[in-house]
Amino acid sequence: MNKNRVQVLSIPYILWVIGFTVIPLIFVVAKAATNAEGDFTFEYLLAIFDPVHRKALLLSVCLAFISSVICVLISYPAALILKSAKFKDTKIIMFIMILPMWMNFILRILAIQLLISKNGVINHLLSVLHLGQIDIINTPIAIVIGMVYDYLPYMLLPVLNCVLAIPDDIIEAGKDLGAGKFHVLTKILIPLSLSGIGSGITMVFVPSMTEFVIANILGGGKIQLLGNIIEQEFSVSMNWNLGSGLSLTLMIFVLITTLLFGRNSANNRNFVL
Amino acid sequence: MKKKSVCMLLVLSMALCILPGCGTKSSDTLTVFNYGEYIEPEMLEKFTAETGIKVNYEEATTPEEMYTKYTAGAISYDLLCTSDYMIKRLIDEGQAQEVDFSSMENYGNIDEKFWTLSQSFDPGNKYALPYFWGTVGILYNTKKVSKPVDSWDVLFDGEYAGQIIMQDSMRDSFMVALKYLGYSLNTTDEAQIREAAELLKSQKADVASYLVDEARDEIVAENAVMGVVYSGEAYLGHDFNNDLEYVIPKEGSNLWIDSWIVTSKCKNTEAAKKFLDFLCREDVANANFEFIYYSTPNKAVVDNMDEELRANTAVVPTDESIKGCEVYEALDADTTSLYNNLWKEIKSE
Repeated sequence: MNKNRVQVLSIPYILWVIGFTVIPLIFVVAKAATNAEGDFTFEYLLAIFDPVHRKALLLSVCLAFISSVICVLISYPAALILKSAKFKDTKIIMFIMILPMWMNFILRILAIQLLISKNGVINHLLSVLHLGQIDIINTPIAIVIGMVYDYLPYMLLPVLNCVLAIPDDIIEAGKDLGAGKFHVLTKILIPLSLSGIGSGITMVFVPSMTEFVIANILGGGKIQLLGNIIEQEFSVSMNWNLGSGLSLTLMIFVLITTLLFGRNSANNRNFVL
Repeated sequence: MKKKSVCMLLVLSMALCILPGCGTKSSDTLTVFNYGEYIEPEMLEKFTAETGIKVNYEEATTPEEMYTKYTAGAISYDLLCTSDYMIKRLIDEGQAQEVDFSSMENYGNIDEKFWTLSQSFDPGNKYALPYFWGTVGILYNTKKVSKPVDSWDVLFDGEYAGQIIMQDSMRDSFMVALKYLGYSLNTTDEAQIREAAELLKSQKADVASYLVDEARDEIVAENAVMGVVYSGEAYLGHDFNNDLEYVIPKEGSNLWIDSWIVTSKCKNTEAAKKFLDFLCREDVANANFEFIYYSTPNKAVVDNMDEELRANTAVVPTDESIKGCEVYEALDADTTSLYNNLWKEIKSE
């Protein structure tokens, strides 16, 4: 009886997964492993070794890494401050952090573009103050700013959750046993919040690595990430085989990242328990 | 037992998903596929009010997107408006129906010139009805240039480094380089195409950004001095910023024609023809023109335009200015993949 109900309740989910994950994935794998005539080939699966594709992948991974690191550097201190300040209602703080996510992300990226473009708001202010000009639009820096702006909440929330959950008793105990501020941070706080940082990194690194819209808008079409190439292959070049091949390669990288940080956080949770 | 019923449910739900795609439609409905913001919306209502034929209207942004959606087959389109080279591709693939345009009431409104130009992608004018046309040229800020612009040269000589916008479209960017080098924009000569790619690579450092629709906005906002834009964009740009001028460079450029075809899937060809005839009628063509401000092939509309508008070369290019212009022809598969690879190389410089 109970088993039947579980089966019935799982139907929507199973339908969803089959329709939107399994079947599309089969199509992608099939396209990636065949050429335009439908014959089996490794050509597109190995296309990532083409210098142009390799360069784009490297740039994608590099920008995603920098964005993740910056997100950690912003989120972690913020979480520590919020913990020590002992706000009564952390819900309000969470709310404020999630607030930007209510706005469409493309709109937010367009806003960044307006801010940092050559005749943009920031340059206008700087020129009024006679402080020189910034010229970062259409560079990788602009893309990193966009990624950090867009994905910061995904880092903040897990990190904050994790840090707030660390019992004060443990910190007190550490201090009683003679740990200084530095040791409290490195021996207690950071190890106990690794799981939050891990899931934060997964949630920032993965979308950053597969990103192409931000690169298009803030990179002025001059910077080519792997996501851009895949998008081009599907929409303009109509080479779905190559697009699928590159997508699969990117998926492997995503998988590696998830395993790396996912495992880390799982171990850590066991350790705490 | 349970497994079976789950399977049944799966099959049933999948069948339900597929059904609407192949369901038969009532005969007095047309499914029309067009570029975004490419018709005065009121005209669709007017058409339905006059003929009783309902219009399902669908939009897309690029010819490639249209092609993908059309061939995916989820929606059965009756009429489709797209660009010259895509029209050629659709005709070649047997996706268009022959239409006897001369039997349309408003056939005479379309300027003879455009039937001739259309021959490059539709020999014999059997399939495609010209809708709007225009050119690609340079939109520049007259206050920020030292001398009048009349050549593609300004994009390559380095004088305006960092202040140039190129089209983020493979074909249009190659076109600029090919024309500047004095080649045909339809060339399939690998050496010429590679030479153009090298030129574009060396130009990249001077390019502020590669954009499509935003190119106009960036020049209007004076974030860039000049850029490669479509003539229709140029007219609207001038509306926002009076210092902007549009020029078709003397080396020649691309002349594009967007046309309507009746798809081979269309069953109600009479209704489709009525729709095309309706679009050619002077009041309708004029309403659409005033909504879009691209050049119209409709003689009746041009003749009744006010003088100032007719003198604007972005709206009504003179025969002299389009002398060196060519219409895009569909490239063969090898040339297309050469273009694709070189374009990726340029973008990854």
